[in-house]
Amino acid sequence: MENSSSSCGSATSNSLDRLKMLYPFVNEEDTPLPRCWSSKDKYNFIGLSQNNLRVHYKGYGKTHKDAASVRATHPIPSACGLYYFEVKIVSKGRDGYALDVLVVKKFSHFHLLLVLCRYMGIGLSAQGVNMNRLPGWDKHSYGYHGDDGHSFCSSGSGQPYGPTFTTNDVIGCGVNLIDNTCFYTKNGHNLGTAFADLPSNLYPTVGLQTPGEIVDTNFGQSPFVYDIEDDMRELRARVASTILNYPIPDKQGHWEASLQRMIATYLVHHGYCSTAEAFARSTGQEFGEEVASIKNRQRIQRLVLSGRMGEAIETTQTLYPTLLDSRPNLLFLLKVRQFIEMVGGSDSEVRSTTNRSPKSQNSGSPSMSPNYGGFGTSQGAHSSLRSRSRSRSSSPGHSSVQTSVIQSTKAFSQHLNGSSATAASSDMQEETDNDVEMNGASQNGSHSGTGETLVDPGVKEDSILEMEVDVAGPSNCTRRQLCGGNQAAMERTLDFGKELQTLSVTLRRQHGKNDANKKMLRDAFSLLAYADPWKSPVSEQLDPVQREPVCAALNSAIMESHHLPRRPPMELAIGHARELLRLMAQNGLGSCAFANIDHLLQP
Amino acid sequence: MTKLIHSIMDVESCNSYVDNLYDVDSAKCLDAVIYIKNMIIGSNKAKNMIIQQGITPRLIQLLDDPIGGDDLKLEVIAVIGSLARGDENHIKSLTAAGVIPFLLNNVCASTNPQVIEFALRALQQLFQNEATKTDLLFADSRLVPQLLKLMPLSVCNQISVTSIFTNACKTSEHQAILCANGAVPALAALLNSPVGDVQLATLDAIASLCYQNQRVSALLTVSSFGGKSVTDHLVTLMARDRPVAMQLVAARCLTYLHRAGAICADDGKILYKTLPCLVRMCRKENRRTEKALGAETLAYLIEVDTELQRVASISDHLIQNLSLFLAKTRDNSSVQQLGVESIDEDAPASAKEVQNLKQAALRAFASLGANDEDIRKRIIETDQLMDHVVTGLTECGDHRVQLAAVRCLHSLSRSVQQLRTTFQDHSVWKPLMKLLQNADEDILAVASSTLCNLLLEFSPSKEPILESGAVELLCNLTRREDSALRLNGIWALMNMAFQAEQKIKIQILSSLGTDQVFRLLSDHEVGVVMKTLGLLRNLLSTKPHIDLIMAQHGRQIMQAVILILEGEHSPDVKEQALCILANIADGETAKEFIMSNEDVLRKLTNYMSHSNVKLQTAATFCIGNLAWNEDNGCLERQARLRELGVYRILQQLLCTNDATLFEKVKAALQQFS
Repeated sequence: MENSSSSCGSATSNSLDRLKMLYPFVNEEDTPLPRCWSSKDKYNFIGLSQNNLRVHYKGYGKTHKDAASVRATHPIPSACGLYYFEVKIVSKGRDGYALDVLVVKKFSHFHLLLVLCRYMGIGLSAQGVNMNRLPGWDKHSYGYHGDDGHSFCSSGSGQPYGPTFTTNDVIGCGVNLIDNTCFYTKNGHNLGTAFADLPSNLYPTVGLQTPGEIVDTNFGQSPFVYDIEDDMRELRARVASTILNYPIPDKQGHWEASLQRMIATYLVHHGYCSTAEAFARSTGQEFGEEVASIKNRQRIQRLVLSGRMGEAIETTQTLYPTLLDSRPNLLFLLKVRQFIEMVGGSDSEVRSTTNRSPKSQNSGSPSMSPNYGGFGTSQGAHSSLRSRSRSRSSSPGHSSVQTSVIQSTKAFSQHLNGSSATAASSDMQEETDNDVEMNGASQNGSHSGTGETLVDPGVKEDSILEMEVDVAGPSNCTRRQLCGGNQAAMERTLDFGKELQTLSVTLRRQHGKNDANKKMLRDAFSLLAYADPWKSPVSEQLDPVQREPVCAALNSAIMESHHLPRRPPMELAIGHARELLRLMAQNGLGSCAFANIDHLLQP
Repeated sequence: MTKLIHSIMDVESCNSYVDNLYDVDSAKCLDAVIYIKNMIIGSNKAKNMIIQQGITPRLIQLLDDPIGGDDLKLEVIAVIGSLARGDENHIKSLTAAGVIPFLLNNVCASTNPQVIEFALRALQQLFQNEATKTDLLFADSRLVPQLLKLMPLSVCNQISVTSIFTNACKTSEHQAILCANGAVPALAALLNSPVGDVQLATLDAIASLCYQNQRVSALLTVSSFGGKSVTDHLVTLMARDRPVAMQLVAARCLTYLHRAGAICADDGKILYKTLPCLVRMCRKENRRTEKALGAETLAYLIEVDTELQRVASISDHLIQNLSLFLAKTRDNSSVQQLGVESIDEDAPASAKEVQNLKQAALRAFASLGANDEDIRKRIIETDQLMDHVVTGLTECGDHRVQLAAVRCLHSLSRSVQQLRTTFQDHSVWKPLMKLLQNADEDILAVASSTLCNLLLEFSPSKEPILESGAVELLCNLTRREDSALRLNGIWALMNMAFQAEQKIKIQILSSLGTDQVFRLLSDHEVGVVMKTLGLLRNLLSTKPHIDLIMAQHGRQIMQAVILILEGEHSPDVKEQALCILANIADGETAKEFIMSNEDVLRKLTNYMSHSNVKLQTAATFCIGNLAWNEDNGCLERQARLRELGVYRILQQLLCTNDATLFEKVKAALQQFS
């Protein structure tokens, strides 16, 4: 087996894409596609050549006892939806007939003795079906035979099906894994359904019985003669319409309401505050969370995504004092991330030393207002950037912040692309703009009651947003140094590392061993072992994308602490759907191949 | 709802509104029109009433009156459009009142896009009725360009104008006018529309435009839009994820392009796209209308091309699927009785649908079996097919089914085996003869050529057909105005006369009459002349028949032959005439008709030296028969022929390169003692 698969693997390496494109939903790790004939699963009268794609007969070919078949290396995965392969008859072998098979056919007026030569059969068979036979003769075996054009459905006697075939004909075999039917084609013409109620896990099979017979096989590595993709288009449209027309028992508009709730909760969960408000207004949805709370979460998320972990932790502790205390593992996760950001030079802990001083004294302090106040007043020179800005005293951030913010936007849009909501990214921009306007207008009005601490993060958020909107052209040159290239920052990082180590020990003592935490810490520390962590084997950790799981974990924890769902129902539903598709693929339901969730989510 | 209508239609109030319609005050008038509009929406009953009130002329008057302004005009057109959506009678009364020219006038003259849009939509409705005369649209040379100019302006206009074109374009002149005004590029552009309804309407218009029109079809095939050829657009619209209706009409367009010679049968667009698409339409899970239209279009696609017939016959169980069309129609009543609904649609098939399916299947079978004996055999093996054909023939009510059945029979009658077996078993000649008695020309043409096949000498049906008065019937056919019918008539007579008994031959000649023979010999259709000569040849075979017939009609037959030999005819025709002479020369007493005719003898000798070998051969054969040394009086004839220098010519001909001629010359020379 290894032998065959390795040899055909090398031969078909350049055709991998074609097969992947034909069957995009097949997970080849679970269910490999048939790519060539098996050098093991065949009768010994069968010879294989040309990367196990050419089959020739090398037996005696005297009687039907000399029949020989070969199966493909793997069964047809259900997730193909519609599977297809083609066989070209290179040579039908010597003339002459297998004389032992005498069949008497009754005609209307007379009897005719027919000498049949069942020299060639193309079809499907299950694993374990006798290979000393042609496909179709036995249980769980199905074939279309060239001599008489009959189809053999697990039986020694055939049914009239199609035309005969011979040298130079191309015979195709298609398996519809939704209806569990099979059809054949001859030279690109569909001959119609041959078999129904097929079992799953059938192998492409070809059987020969005459010396000199040679066939070549196209498992999809090259273009087919028959236009199978047109069939796929039809099935895709059919599945899509089945989904769209699926009857939903909907009395009093519950269906619509739950869809709207799903969208609203999604928007709230991810902090698309203004959109959520607008949506709620127009659909009459109730808001599950206070706007202020959403905004707080949004702030924290932005901090995490921009790599400013220290501030994120501080803000979290201020706004949700008990949250991290009761979740030591989350706190540990955040701190490790902070360490990584410090190494990467994104965390304000290290950045502040390179660019400004006021922040440095306050490390670990939960009181934030002084920081941000200083933040604002010290940077008046940059106000020109805020050409569209409101007349407020808070000023934009500084260049080092810009880079990190832009980075975060990138990370954000990557994240968005990942969930295939490309249209939403522009929406996001708009959304953040709106937020700015709103914050500006309601700054001291709506939030005044909640105290100063809430106001200040708002100011800071504004400065970040300003960057996203107005500043272009990141300057990454300064970032590519350990801890921003600053000696003091380096020391602080090392100190922080020690603190982290202590925290880890404390955690272990209190909560027992935690392998995940241990590994996380080890990985993070190993960054320091390299002169250039960005080129190290562990550099992946520095990728801004890695902030996302941290961000999601923190957000979920906040949601949970407010007795709100950890994941928005929409994401849960999508996750369910994906899992169901996986289960369908596992259980032989071919429709999964044409129910593309990402396609359905796209407008 | 009905109550509501009743109350609205309270006669008195209605009458008062109708009165207001005639008011000079345009505001009052507008109110009345709006009232009428609201009253008749969706109610054929209200439409009946309002038409009976005779308001149509007033509506037209308002349409033409500029005083009322566009508001009034819009409402008037809306009322007309609403009426046009009613039943056939409403449309008829509107067109009879002459609404169309006024609407067209508005389409041309109005500057208000909404007025134009409404008017186009009303026109679209009116033209959808088959009875509506459409020449008007093409009579005024301003109209078509104006419509094409308005077409791109809105989606509504696109649909209305393309639909008007679809229904108005009925003759090749119409097609030419549309084409000359640039309809092809305009329609090609709409194929790219993002609106499915526009694409559908455009495809319909393209189909109307190119049907049986070589020029338009050729132009369409070389046209392109957006860097993509029209035919590629059509193939795209035929993709299997498109709505079935769109696939079907796109396939129809490509079918017409193929049949008009613009795309070859072996082009992938036909062989691998159009053909499988139409075959797929015949699947049992499709709707009845789609199946019927698909099969009918398929029949047209493959009608003449043997390869397409072969591919179709093996594609997707077509023959079985088509036979289901018939089976379903046959078992329809029993199916309904059992309470089992047909699988494709919930509603039971209407009588019209049943007939449509039947005629479509029969037509498709006719095309499938046109050329290939194997396919014919497979069709014949279809369960109870012959029963369906025979009942189809006798369905007096439905002309289309009859025609389809007779076409199917005609295709199958090309099979020698079927003539001997199935046709005989089912006595198909009986309904066929009945059909021939009083059918229209379409059916007669096909039925009579089927009869030709049934009269072939090996057909067991020949005898009973003769006994049922076929001779008279066929002789009458030769007097028809349609040359195809004359040809079939004379052809069938020729087949009938082949190796026939003497009494049949006499019967043929006496019913046909020598006058008619002369008339047929001067027919402008060469085929008719050839078959008439063939008939004479078949009549004049075996000695006793020759002598008897020549004794009765010798003078006229000789005249006829001379007529042909002296006329301006192709060598093939003259060869037939010479062959008749050869047959006459084979007679005992008949020989004298030639020997006593100096003129004919001289002609024969001339043809012996003719440049055309076929004529030489025929003439030599005739001489050989004249000189035949076993017949009485051969020596005198030989002497006479020598006198004319025949012997010398024969000797010269011995050096010919043509094998057949050489044989005849040798045989003739051997007769001379």
